[in-house]
Amino acid sequence: MTLARLTGLTAHYAAGDAKFHALDDVGLDVQSGQILGVVGESGCGKSTMASVLSLNPGPSLRVTSGTLAIGGKDVDLTDPASHRPLRGGTVALLPQGALNALNPTRRVGAMAHDILAAGDKRIKRAESLRRTAARLEALELPPRVLRAYPHQLSGGMRQRVVTALATLRNPRLLVADEPSSALDVSSQRLLVDLLRRLVSDGLVEGIVFITHDVALLSELADRIAVMYAGRVVEEAPARDLVGSPRHPYSQALLASVLVPEPGTRGRRLAGIPGSPPDLRAPIAGCPFEPRCEHAMDKCAVERPPRLVTGPRDDSCWRSVDTEEAAHAR
Amino acid sequence: MPDEELLRTEGLVKVFGRGKDEVRAVDGVDLTLARGEVTALVGQSGSGKSTLGRLLLRLMDPSAGRIRFDGRDVTEVRGADRRDYWREVQAVFQDPFAAFHQYRRVEATLATALQLLPPGTDGRALMEASLASVGLDAAETLAKRPHELSGGQRQRVMLARALMLQPRLLIADEATSMLDASVRVTVLNLLADLRDERGMTVLFVTHDLGQAYYLADRIAVMHRGRIVESGPAERIVAEPEHAYTRSLLADVPKLHRSA
Amino acid sequence: MKALKTLPPRFHAAAAVFLLIGAAGVIGPLVAPAAPGDLLGPSFQPPGADFLLGTDHLGRSVGIQLVHGIRTSLYIGLLAGIAGTVLGVLIGTLAGYRGGLVDEILMGLTNIMITVPAIIVLLLLSISLDTRSVTVMGVCIGAVSWPWTARAVRSQIASLRQREHVDIARLSGSRTWRIIAVELLPYMMSYIVMAFVIQLYGAILAEAALSLLGLGPAGTASLGVMLHWAIAWESIRGGQWWVFLTPTVFITAITFSLLLVQSSLDTVFNPRLRDGKAAR
Repeated sequence: MTLARLTGLTAHYAAGDAKFHALDDVGLDVQSGQILGVVGESGCGKSTMASVLSLNPGPSLRVTSGTLAIGGKDVDLTDPASHRPLRGGTVALLPQGALNALNPTRRVGAMAHDILAAGDKRIKRAESLRRTAARLEALELPPRVLRAYPHQLSGGMRQRVVTALATLRNPRLLVADEPSSALDVSSQRLLVDLLRRLVSDGLVEGIVFITHDVALLSELADRIAVMYAGRVVEEAPARDLVGSPRHPYSQALLASVLVPEPGTRGRRLAGIPGSPPDLRAPIAGCPFEPRCEHAMDKCAVERPPRLVTGPRDDSCWRSVDTEEAAHAR
Repeated sequence: MPDEELLRTEGLVKVFGRGKDEVRAVDGVDLTLARGEVTALVGQSGSGKSTLGRLLLRLMDPSAGRIRFDGRDVTEVRGADRRDYWREVQAVFQDPFAAFHQYRRVEATLATALQLLPPGTDGRALMEASLASVGLDAAETLAKRPHELSGGQRQRVMLARALMLQPRLLIADEATSMLDASVRVTVLNLLADLRDERGMTVLFVTHDLGQAYYLADRIAVMHRGRIVESGPAERIVAEPEHAYTRSLLADVPKLHRSA
Repeated sequence: MKALKTLPPRFHAAAAVFLLIGAAGVIGPLVAPAAPGDLLGPSFQPPGADFLLGTDHLGRSVGIQLVHGIRTSLYIGLLAGIAGTVLGVLIGTLAGYRGGLVDEILMGLTNIMITVPAIIVLLLLSISLDTRSVTVMGVCIGAVSWPWTARAVRSQIASLRQREHVDIARLSGSRTWRIIAVELLPYMMSYIVMAFVIQLYGAILAEAALSLLGLGPAGTASLGVMLHWAIAWESIRGGQWWVFLTPTVFITAITFSLLLVQSSLDTVFNPRLRDGKAAR
């Protein structure tokens, strides 16, 4: 069952006279009980998308089109004022650097009450504490944490407290924006386990996990979407994407992943020559064309359509040609 | 065997703070770097690996222990002796932007290194050759300011700067950590080329076991100021002996690819 | 620098006011028909056809006094500003770069100087030094106003010193003085310029305060001295507003225009303040 569907998200940053086309017709589906991973390199727009998806766009972002269908409601993303009430309640954001996002001068219980009161002004403090204690217990944190200041907790506990606070209003969808980037490998592992548990225990219905680390997603996510230059270029079940990526960018990206597994040594990996396009100029065809070794003439001028084949989809002329050839037989 | 060693530390210690606030960032490290090899120093944040890097670069004084470079004791070199040491040992750091002087062009930043070279040196030719060896066009790059270059280009310029001095040892301190995956490989390949074509010795400091495995001949695992295990890269990953190494390997996400 | 184009309109207005006043102080004394001390007319004559700004208690032209006063006040202000900034930057840089014992000693000294009220020190200096020359006064004010700059510069230098480009410069063989001059000071320029502007108007106010207490420079007019005489001769109660208002207005104008210049420079040097307006 589809928990949330994002369609046609197009947005740009306005800086003086220049427009920075951060997102171009981005669409994603999140299934109930699943974790969708979004992977891309710097500048691909994944954080911008996270901010819009969590109904928290930055002040200089202009969303020109886009709808989010979630929980039976259709949210018009071009109008920030309209979705204020949904923020934190239906969709919640677990931001980057969350460990340091805790106010060091307030106790956990006080912060929890602030969060709950933002959703329901009439809630009493005792009620807030009771609900928070229940949530903390679900994440294996003792009730004494409510009275603690952030600096009195260990790093791992803080991570869990932040996650608890982000999910306190029982959001249906949790958007996690690079929560693991600053973490140790072992803390990362704990976070991954924690997020999986949130879904399997039903504390949230679905998670969108944004990162630059494909290997991490291959272990955590059910589906993976690959972003490049403000577009989603491919989306597939995690195992399928890792095993047989279709889009040339996905292929190149996966080929540059270095993990301590046999097969990494002894070969010369190639990386991707060149750099991502300048998003100040709108791009007519496929944004990856200048760096793509399979580029054809039409790739530079015509935007490749999104081709859906079963549980997978990708936006590449080569896939279209392959598909047509397969049907012709 | 001592002949094959380029650098060796004996019981290297660095303590910060005093009394009960004391932090032993480096706690008795015996590290050996073999000539012409890439040694990866792998550790998570707080392991002391960056402190160790700075000690080896003589940017910081150790609290105890000795550093021997090519048989000479360099633990306390200062002044002119330290500048001589820097002709043989150079570094590339983590943040490609912060390493540059923000207001000066690339050419000016590269030219600073000429201070360590004999007065008659043809600086321009040297800069052009170094930039070419990292795959950058001198004519385009020298006139630019740091913010006009991409992260990968900046790191390559920093590498070129180090190479201008033709050091015997290059310390790459998380040099790829702030780069995208696709650019990272380019820089790692450059380091491998330095080893293969010039016989350079490289110390690759990183938290990423995958990169270490790709590039290095030997891996030394650092945890809480000590080296808990070291050995050939293949062996460390295939048959880790120390409990910490094993837990590190278990926690690192893998791709589950069939080669 | 591209950033200079983003100067807000108040900068141009304030800078224009300050420059106009400064021009009056430079050109005025050269074209004035008489010396400031000349007795030209009846005492306390209101502004009119003969005297644009009237005369003071002795019959001296307030207008001529004004332009000489501006020149004196600005001279003292500049001298003190430069002395204070140079001292502050030197001491702060030394303390911030060297750290350790040098830092402790210098900052201890600085803290002592900050806690002792500057005006008291100035009073004592003025009384004990027998001279009332303008230059000595400028240097004294500068000698007392450096601590604030020193503290600010020291903490900036101490944090800049940790940056990677400083390490790279060291690894490239740069010596201490070169690192300070090339790697550190350019990053501090905005700070230093702003500190100088603040010291400038601080010094002008300090001079006014000292002169008001009767410890001003002897033999010349200054804005503070004019104010001193205005109050001593009870011009406010006596209704001779031109004698009192003239120095007041101009001290205020100089100080306020410099303040606006300094705050506009802040938006140039601090991009975050800039972007707040640009994002529309």
